[in-house]
Amino acid sequence: MSTRRDFLMQGGLAAAVLGAANACKTASAPPVTAPSPQPPAALANSVDASAKDLMMTALNAAKMAGAAYADARIGRYQNNFVITREQQIVQVVDTNSIGCGVRALVDGTWGFAATRTLTTDAVAGAAREAVAIAKASRIARDRAVELAPVVAYPDVSYKSSFTIDPWSVPVEQKADLLLKANAESLKIANVKYVFSAMYFVKEERNFASTEGSVISQTIVRSWLPMQITAVSSDFSDFQNRGNTVQPAGRGYEYILAQDVVGNAGKWAEEAAAKLKAKPVEVGKYDLVLHPSHLFLTIHESIAHPTELDRALGYEANYAGTSFVAPPEKFLGTFKYGPEFMNVQGDRSQEGGCATIGWDDEGVKPEDFLIIRNGIVNDYQTTREQANWLRWWYEKQGRPVRSHGCSNADSWSSVQFQRMPNVSLLPGDKDLVWDDLIAATDRGIAIVGDGSFSIDQQRFNAQFGGQTFHEIKGGKIVGVLKDVAYQIRTPDFWNSLDMIGGKRSYEMGASFFDGKGQPGQVNAVSHGCVPARFRGVNVINTGRKA
Amino acid sequence: MSHSRLAGHAGRPKSLFQAANYLSRSDAEALAKRVLSFSKAEEARVTISSGVRGNTRFAVNQISTSGDNFDTSVSIRSAFGKRSASSATNDLDDGALKAAVDMSERLARLSPENPEAMLELEPQQYVEARNWTDATASLQPAGRAAAVQLITEPSKRAGLSATGYLEANAGSFAVSNSKGLFAYNRQTSAGLTTTVRTPDGSGSGWAGVADNDVGRIDAAALGARAIEKARLSMNPVAIEPGRYTVVLEPTAVGNLVQLIAFAANARQADEGRSFFTKAGGGNKIGLKVIDERVTITSDPLDAEAFANTFTGEGLPANRTVWIENGVVKNLVYDRFWAQKQGKTPTPLSGTLKMSGATATTEEMIASTQRGILVTRFWYIRSVDPRTILYTGLTRDGTFLIENGKITRAVKNLRFNESPIFMLNNVESLGRPVRVSASEDGSPGFAIVVPPIKVRDFNFTSLSDAI
Repeated sequence: MSTRRDFLMQGGLAAAVLGAANACKTASAPPVTAPSPQPPAALANSVDASAKDLMMTALNAAKMAGAAYADARIGRYQNNFVITREQQIVQVVDTNSIGCGVRALVDGTWGFAATRTLTTDAVAGAAREAVAIAKASRIARDRAVELAPVVAYPDVSYKSSFTIDPWSVPVEQKADLLLKANAESLKIANVKYVFSAMYFVKEERNFASTEGSVISQTIVRSWLPMQITAVSSDFSDFQNRGNTVQPAGRGYEYILAQDVVGNAGKWAEEAAAKLKAKPVEVGKYDLVLHPSHLFLTIHESIAHPTELDRALGYEANYAGTSFVAPPEKFLGTFKYGPEFMNVQGDRSQEGGCATIGWDDEGVKPEDFLIIRNGIVNDYQTTREQANWLRWWYEKQGRPVRSHGCSNADSWSSVQFQRMPNVSLLPGDKDLVWDDLIAATDRGIAIVGDGSFSIDQQRFNAQFGGQTFHEIKGGKIVGVLKDVAYQIRTPDFWNSLDMIGGKRSYEMGASFFDGKGQPGQVNAVSHGCVPARFRGVNVINTGRKA
Repeated sequence: MSHSRLAGHAGRPKSLFQAANYLSRSDAEALAKRVLSFSKAEEARVTISSGVRGNTRFAVNQISTSGDNFDTSVSIRSAFGKRSASSATNDLDDGALKAAVDMSERLARLSPENPEAMLELEPQQYVEARNWTDATASLQPAGRAAAVQLITEPSKRAGLSATGYLEANAGSFAVSNSKGLFAYNRQTSAGLTTTVRTPDGSGSGWAGVADNDVGRIDAAALGARAIEKARLSMNPVAIEPGRYTVVLEPTAVGNLVQLIAFAANARQADEGRSFFTKAGGGNKIGLKVIDERVTITSDPLDAEAFANTFTGEGLPANRTVWIENGVVKNLVYDRFWAQKQGKTPTPLSGTLKMSGATATTEEMIASTQRGILVTRFWYIRSVDPRTILYTGLTRDGTFLIENGKITRAVKNLRFNESPIFMLNNVESLGRPVRVSASEDGSPGFAIVVPPIKVRDFNFTSLSDAI
């Protein structure tokens, strides 16, 4: 699921403004001018010993206290926000959080403790606390945790794909770009308000485990949320156009490449056009879904239900369970969609928000097919979970190992199974968006992600969008409003009859995929191609107050 | 089971880890002074949050993870005229704090002017908040594990599977600025929620609550209620979606009524992009928008919903009436918009209460010929801000009412509905109680709402999810 409001309530104004702009998705020190993958250098001013020494201290303390396995993560998590509305800067915020989290496995039970104090005593104390919590929790455990094997990486590092570190770009430049884009959008008739922002994340993550791995990684992610509002002159209606730029696992070069100043006028016209759009007539339509929209449908209706912890009931109290359960009734047999449908889990796609070198258990992630030729083929796993599918992997002659889906959103939160990039792979035919429209007699084309909601087992979902285009006789004939479609997941994906080819592949993403208690957010991308679905139920959401 | 079972473990040895898990008033004041001493800006404000967040998760009748985290974060806002910026750090060394102050000043100088910038507040008077309890602050991992067992053991004995979450937080929050303002509050919060399912996945029941005081959380009673609902909810039948009379338990009411408060921004109303926009311009203050039996307020000193008594700017948060007897009395004005419109700033503090009456849920059911009882709603997302229209689904305990009785479980339903429409269709109201209305089980806003019976609630499709 995605959390918007929960993040909004906890994150203060910066997050509130961002949350308001991004209806779709359910977090600061001297700037680092150059990417610095070496942890001791990055943390040199803040710790009384190198990150590695501190992590070793924590691991030793955990072992001495009785841990069979332990891992330590020392990380620095930075955010940078520049927030504007119309002609002005609303907020400029830089945040910086550093600390150490230690997880210990004692007698098959987990314990976790985290501290912001990076001294030998403090991290050893956290390690002993993690062990003590595991021991205290032992009374309420039935089945011992067992970890699938992992390769040790004694000294490795990774840097995500970015060429311009957002922290090296002066705030005036960021503000100037946003204000110019705002000005362009405000030139359009009826467009009265515009919100725009930049939101950057940098994570310097260090990991060590009793398996012998020591890993350092630098990850950068960038996003430019924008929402343009048109108001009718008699105050009887208002319409928004938002989610115009997708988040990405890239640097400032990605922001520059979006040409927001050049595109702002077009987006503003789309907001204004909705004031005059025709309300949709309810009924069944063929839907042609753009990648900027479809990624969220994939996120909710494929990526979430194939998280193994959900399928086995571990998230029942919040995120929910899954209709793709129990695994023995689905793996290798359940037809999720047509034969040309292949869905991949990976943490390797360049620019993906979930792309990383090693996960938070020191596993090097692999690419894996969740849906293969339309049939359920695998689930997202961690080291603890891979063993739960031993029977399936052995039957297939595959090794029992984690797919590398362990992630924590901070040094202060415990890692658990989180979504990798989950993507719908292109079809064999070289089709693009226009080909799908031309092949459709009566339908609606939807661009951009809008309102979204899905039940706790991922059966019944409802999605809105940003712009809706009526298709008649293979052509777009006008703009519609108040459109939402309701689906039952397996019926919907089995109504898929046409997808684009490689050329039409794009990634959409969210910074705020929510799961776990306490809630954690995960950034994730979904690649996909345009796709057509037959006979989908469309409702009209407009009502009079 | 003893009502104070959760608090019964308060006397155990303190954490091995740290004696003081949050900053005291004097510590916070000293830290704020230290930060402000580094400031070279025309104006500066520092906010300090510190504390411990302790949690225990359980799944399939056993603890899955448990952890404590300890953190203190300092945020500095620096302003030069109408230029300002903020920087935050959790490194409290002089060097790191000074670097954070320098960063905020550098960013502020580089930032374009904000014509809406407000000066820092002069020192203010605050009433003492009451949202701290020692019982919550001293709950240890062993005490959390014992509470969890009060749910997992009966669930196991009943052949069911319990999953859930217990969180207990203790911390402090302080605001200070270069004009001598200082505000300090220490607060605790706790939440316990559980979902009990049948092993074959044919039934699911939920119960949960949030409070400042763990001593008021009865783990065994919550577990028993979820177990009962899991059993009653087995093998639900399909019914036609459409408009139904619904009896909404308090959690379900809280899930929806809080959306009104989140939509009550005065500026958006005045700008023409809100439900609270008046036709032709202006806002709906003074207009009746919901049933005259309903009053919605925020009061940080309400004993059922204690909250902090000041905001992150150091503005006092007092009792505010949002809607009185169905009529809009106040909207949320930030300091800039209040000044511009000649109003008093009215922040939305962390608490919300809806008035009720005396009907019991049992009476509401008994008076219903055909309707649906809803335990809670889920995945609630905005569809149309013009009407505060949201969509979402029922979950973990949805039952058919026929001829004054609950007759059987029904499949979950998706709604497309607005809390405004809902509160115009009220049949009867019960006594307000504190609920856990956040989707993720965190204590969240302190929400106090009654159970209500409502006609013509709009369900648009069925879900196979259990």
